[in-house]
Amino acid sequence: MKVMAQVGMVMNLDKCIGCHTCSVTCKQAWTNRAGTEYVWFNNVETRPGQGYPRRYEDQERWRGGWELNRRGRLKLKAGGRVKKLLGIFASPVQPELNDYYEPWTYDYETLTEAPLGDDFPVARPKSLITGENTKIEWSANWDDNLGGTSQLGHLDPIVEKIRKESEDKIKFEFEQTFMFYLPRICEHCLNPSCMASCPSGAIYKREEDGIVLVDQDRCRGWRQCVTGCPYKKMYFNHKTGKAEKCTFCYPRIEVGIPTVCSETCVGRLRYLGIFLYDADKVTEAASVPDEKDLYQAQLDLMLDPNDPEVIAAARAEGIPEDWLDAARRSPVYHLAKVYKVALPLHPEYRTMPMVWYVPPLSPVVDLLSDQGHDAEDADNLFGAIEALRVPVEYLAELFTAGDMEIVTGVLRKLAAMRAYMRGISLGNDPEESIPVSVGMNGERMYEMYRLMAIAKYNERYVIPKAHVEQAHNLEEMGCSLDFEDGPGMYASDAFGEASGRPTPVAVENFYALKQRQTTGGHFEPGELRGRVNLLNWDGRGVPRGMFPEQDNPQMSPDSPAHEGGAAGPGPDAGGPSDQAGPSGNPLESRP
Amino acid sequence: MTDIVLWGVLPYVMVAILVGGSVWRYKYDQFGWTTRSSQLYESKLLRIASPVFHFGILAVIAGHFFGLVIPKSWTEAVGMSQDFYHFNALFVGGIAGICTLGGIILLIVRRRTTGPVFMATTKNDKTMYVVLVAAIVFGLWTTLASVFLGGHGHNYRETVSPWFRSLFIFQPDIGSMAAAPFSFHLHTLVGMLLFALWPFTRLVHAFTAPFHYLFRPYIVYRSRDVRTAPGARGRQPGWQPVGTRDRDRR
Ligand code: SF4
Ligand code: SF4
Repeated sequence: MKVMAQVGMVMNLDKCIGCHTCSVTCKQAWTNRAGTEYVWFNNVETRPGQGYPRRYEDQERWRGGWELNRRGRLKLKAGGRVKKLLGIFASPVQPELNDYYEPWTYDYETLTEAPLGDDFPVARPKSLITGENTKIEWSANWDDNLGGTSQLGHLDPIVEKIRKESEDKIKFEFEQTFMFYLPRICEHCLNPSCMASCPSGAIYKREEDGIVLVDQDRCRGWRQCVTGCPYKKMYFNHKTGKAEKCTFCYPRIEVGIPTVCSETCVGRLRYLGIFLYDADKVTEAASVPDEKDLYQAQLDLMLDPNDPEVIAAARAEGIPEDWLDAARRSPVYHLAKVYKVALPLHPEYRTMPMVWYVPPLSPVVDLLSDQGHDAEDADNLFGAIEALRVPVEYLAELFTAGDMEIVTGVLRKLAAMRAYMRGISLGNDPEESIPVSVGMNGERMYEMYRLMAIAKYNERYVIPKAHVEQAHNLEEMGCSLDFEDGPGMYASDAFGEASGRPTPVAVENFYALKQRQTTGGHFEPGELRGRVNLLNWDGRGVPRGMFPEQDNPQMSPDSPAHEGGAAGPGPDAGGPSDQAGPSGNPLESRP
Repeated sequence: MTDIVLWGVLPYVMVAILVGGSVWRYKYDQFGWTTRSSQLYESKLLRIASPVFHFGILAVIAGHFFGLVIPKSWTEAVGMSQDFYHFNALFVGGIAGICTLGGIILLIVRRRTTGPVFMATTKNDKTMYVVLVAAIVFGLWTTLASVFLGGHGHNYRETVSPWFRSLFIFQPDIGSMAAAPFSFHLHTLVGMLLFALWPFTRLVHAFTAPFHYLFRPYIVYRSRDVRTAPGARGRQPGWQPVGTRDRDRR
């Protein structure tokens, strides 16, 4: 047994209101640069719907993830190593920009610049790729809230599959339809096929926390990972020519704060925590022959952090005590393995995804209450879960490779919790038979309710900090030694300005801040390599580098020459002294 | 005198630039070291043109190796007649050359006509394309000229090849090379220019052709401490042994 730690996320889909706050904040934090205009590390798609990029779940077309070969071994669906190398000159199945969407902006300038006239000026959409006028035809959430689904709904690969299996089951008629939101980020898989597809070996999984990252220095732009990832969460930055992906906000996680998407989630539906898993068994688990066993295999990989044997093995691997403690308190472990209500997205891709989902009960509840039934009654709910095959079947295709039993079981737990807690809030005696009917007891059900409904910030996010004794290993601080001691720290390398290694912003700020706090007078930051650092600007004077240096010192209000003139008598005497002092007035000192 | 500069000095200058430039770039510009693929913008044409060009040029490189490195006496020793050798070189080489040229023409047409691809084309790219195409065209010309002009054509294995090999023992056989026809001179010069530009263009991606993909483990674990600084190349090798069975190649 080789115990490794993995940060994981659980999203409770019932609570997602589809507000896209997570996507927007993520974009602001990570992909608001040229080359990543079309990239959403976090996107929220309405299901049923095509998703982003369009129909990414159709693996017969996109060939992402793994499959088993004839001998029952894992093999990349897009082909083995030799085939991949032969296809390197033009990726055979890489999505084009059109499969995502062509990003655009609006020509807002005409709104203010247009001459007075009879017609209202309009801001025309401009493509961010070509800069030309463009016609907006698709976006990352074009079918939001089932927009256009009556026409395009059949293009959802899951709808297609269910339809094929039983003629025309899903109808996109207003009264019969169901809908929920599915926020997606990179799954930080245990068995990532993006990584396996990378010819350069630039993608790696961090030993300490399992976050999957792309080494931007080693990526050569072969684009095989884009094909390899079945969730299409690997993106090609078309400006830098490198692959980029969700980083699980590692700089935040390292210091113990949640990812941007979790922090800003309006529905507070995201949970973050640690899983301990057995790294030796991953391949075996991912190769179980029956797709429907993959969920169970994945669950079995997750180790019990209270098991003394696991604890001993984890210690032997050097996992620190506070991480073990966090693993014991981990909300994601509880939701996935203790209460067994969180399910992996598309386990059939065999990548062992580490972002889990509590499937939504709302399609069932909505349909019940629309029909005028009591949607909080356990029996009604149980009956509806059995009766409403379509939403359940759809959820099963998403989360359990089509196994209806597992999804039904989870939905029954959610329904039971709903009914049980309603009883309690109405002041009735807790009805023990409800939790028992789903294989739980009242106490555990109450715990689950607490975690799912009213958990506080520090219960939802249990993130142990990266270790202080490892601090010199952290991505940003890693080089602090190289930059220690003031004078040398902003030095440029041999090839002049900005050559060589950049000083990490964190390091720069740290030293600038320290200098500012420990010097008595006005702090002048050192050479900032042609950049302006406003973080440490204290409001006095003009920040260095903001404006071009001026030749005539007299023109600058706070230049040293000016201060020199006023230095003697103090600031209040500054004005007169300029005029009277023999050396204070340059005009007088002229011959 | 000109001959000494062209065939005795320039090749070494070119090698110095190629090696020095590549080392420098590898050290200082890992982030810029990429294919800068434009497949995201357009992939229908690319899917045909790019493999045709790349496989063509790989064959061309192999052909150059045969023609330049392997002495005539060796092929004769294994019983390959001059005519047979020539026929092969011209036939196979010609096909490879035409594929390469056709591929790159298609690629350039695509680059020029697809808006986003053209916008992503830098001056550096344009210069590189001019030199690359010139090298291919002149090379093809030497091949075709030896078929259609002047009987059996010029036997470069008695002029260019000995010169090429003599460069490696630092005793350039300038006389042989000077005796080769003008078309060979031109091709060689443009070729040298191309190699001198190489490290400073996106052609560098060829130097990191990922053959190690065939041997590396599928799953790469890496500790946080591998990197020394953002933007800098971390300590090699890229993955550290942690001893899980998963790392073994399956
Ligand atoms: S979801 Fe993330 S870790 Fe998994 S294959 Fe895709 S990019 Fe890789
Ligand atoms: S912020 Fe939260 S509630 Fe809003 S779309 Fe994202 S996951 Fe859903």
